[in-house]
Amino acid sequence: MRNEFADELTRLADTDPRLVMLSGDIGNRLFDTFRARHPSRFFNCGVAEQNMMGVAAGMALSGLRPVAYTITPFVTTRCLEQIRVDVCYHEAPVIIVAVGAGLAYAGLGPTHHACEDIAFLRSLPGMVVCCPGDAWEVRAALRAALQQDRPVYIRMGKKGEPIIHPGIPAAFAFGRAITMREGDEVCLISTGNMLPEVLHAADELARHGHSVRVLSMHTVKPLDTLALADAFRTCRVVATAEEHSPIGGMGAAVAEWMADSGTPVPRGGFLRFHTGDAFFRQSGEQDFAREQLGLAGHQIAERVEVALHGKAAG
Amino acid sequence: MTVLTTSSRAPDEAALRTIAAKLRGRVIEMAHAAQAAHLASALSCCDILAAAYWYALRIDPKRPDDPLRDRFILSKGHAATALYAALAFRGFFDPAELDTYCRNGGRLAEHPPAHGLPGVEAATGSLGHGLPMGAGMALAARINSQAYRVFAVLSDGECNEGSVWEAAMFAAAQRLANLCVVVDYNKWQATARSNETLALAPLRDKWAAFGWNAHEIDGHDVGALAQSLAAIPACGEGRPVALIAHTVKGKGVSFMEDDNNWHYRAPTADEVRKAHEELGLA
Repeated sequence: MRNEFADELTRLADTDPRLVMLSGDIGNRLFDTFRARHPSRFFNCGVAEQNMMGVAAGMALSGLRPVAYTITPFVTTRCLEQIRVDVCYHEAPVIIVAVGAGLAYAGLGPTHHACEDIAFLRSLPGMVVCCPGDAWEVRAALRAALQQDRPVYIRMGKKGEPIIHPGIPAAFAFGRAITMREGDEVCLISTGNMLPEVLHAADELARHGHSVRVLSMHTVKPLDTLALADAFRTCRVVATAEEHSPIGGMGAAVAEWMADSGTPVPRGGFLRFHTGDAFFRQSGEQDFAREQLGLAGHQIAERVEVALHGKAAG
Repeated sequence: MTVLTTSSRAPDEAALRTIAAKLRGRVIEMAHAAQAAHLASALSCCDILAAAYWYALRIDPKRPDDPLRDRFILSKGHAATALYAALAFRGFFDPAELDTYCRNGGRLAEHPPAHGLPGVEAATGSLGHGLPMGAGMALAARINSQAYRVFAVLSDGECNEGSVWEAAMFAAAQRLANLCVVVDYNKWQATARSNETLALAPLRDKWAAFGWNAHEIDGHDVGALAQSLAAIPACGEGRPVALIAHTVKGKGVSFMEDDNNWHYRAPTADEVRKAHEELGLA
């Protein structure tokens, strides 16, 4: 997702003079093209994220559209007060872009994991929280962010994830989930970089004869409640999947919507796949971490299969 | 009150002193009416506000959103009463609205709000936010090819915040000559002497070491303040300027000066009367 983000940003800057790129001293060589084409609109803000976010807000209040970018924990929790006060309270149209969300940087250890950021940013008034499922959704999210006048948080994975969409998703809009597969027995709802795993799970379940709907719930706030209502009305099992804590993430947002709307748990169950309420303390890469946490596609399929057969509830 | 602006003319110091005294008198009334805290912090910066709003700033209260206006950020947002009084007296809104300070349903909260109040460039109150935002505004001027200055008034206690020093290094690296910090150095923070809390001194040297043109100044000398603020360039690259303004907390009222109880205490009606007498407003 990362390289496509840099490429899309450069293209957008070609036609939008408001766009300014702020980096927290990461992305070595990543922004070379941007810097070459727009040298007066690229700023390495150093390892000083509080200042970077305040600077972004000041720029946004002066008519610019700054993108503040660094590794997820540092562009979210490290400068949360600046996001809350400088960006959200001022309704400053800052685009916050995080790289390495969830367990994308599993190998770097818990300092670099980000499994709480959705909860923090989702609770801030006025903030859009978008977790693209692949590189094309990243491009679409950036374009959409520039089309509106409010703060947006775009939560990316890393580089080299599977490309899923054949191109820019048609009619991409914040708050409108993308139906990746149609089905009426199971609905798997994915946010962010879990999309490949969820599609893998859907493939397995389909091989076992199940009709599986897959939603890419790329926007966690605002939530696509119409898509949720239809899924809960239609499907026997509904499951959410995210590289995030069970507290405050997409699954939690869906559970809140269920409670607020009086939507009952489907007959087969409502399952949440998440990273648990714990730090992931083992060394190892993302695929290993997912296996340990039950987030691999085949593990999702197995648990859904169990729910479909009524042997256990989520 | 007459506007004394245009830096081509020397500041009328007597007139600026009168304005500062009126600001202090109004601030004291507001603290009494609302029984609200932070009076001494507001009194500390009235001369800075008078010099800025009645001399140095290129602003038009009728056009508070003019893209080319100078930006003034009271980063020490707890001194909001002084800012409110200055904005109202300067014509940004009706001075009668000052009576609504802290009242239910009003616009004048204990800290300056985001949106909704003309002349307030940034919502402050959480310390350490005004300078990074101001740096962003100053850099935006360069990107947008606009000529305006950005002023941020910080308290000395605020310089405890790491974000202040992040912004100081950033502004120096970007050579934001159109950015000016005034540190209202009254030697107190909320509950203790500032230099006994964290080692601020030598404060001028610190700002200089962070890449700023740093000067010490008498923070109650309206003439010197007016000329120093007016001298900030609106464009071009160079070192940002830090004015270390030596001030007295509670300035202008003998029984409040340098007495940190007035960080939280609100005056009685009798104390308001005595203070107004001392300020020559009775």
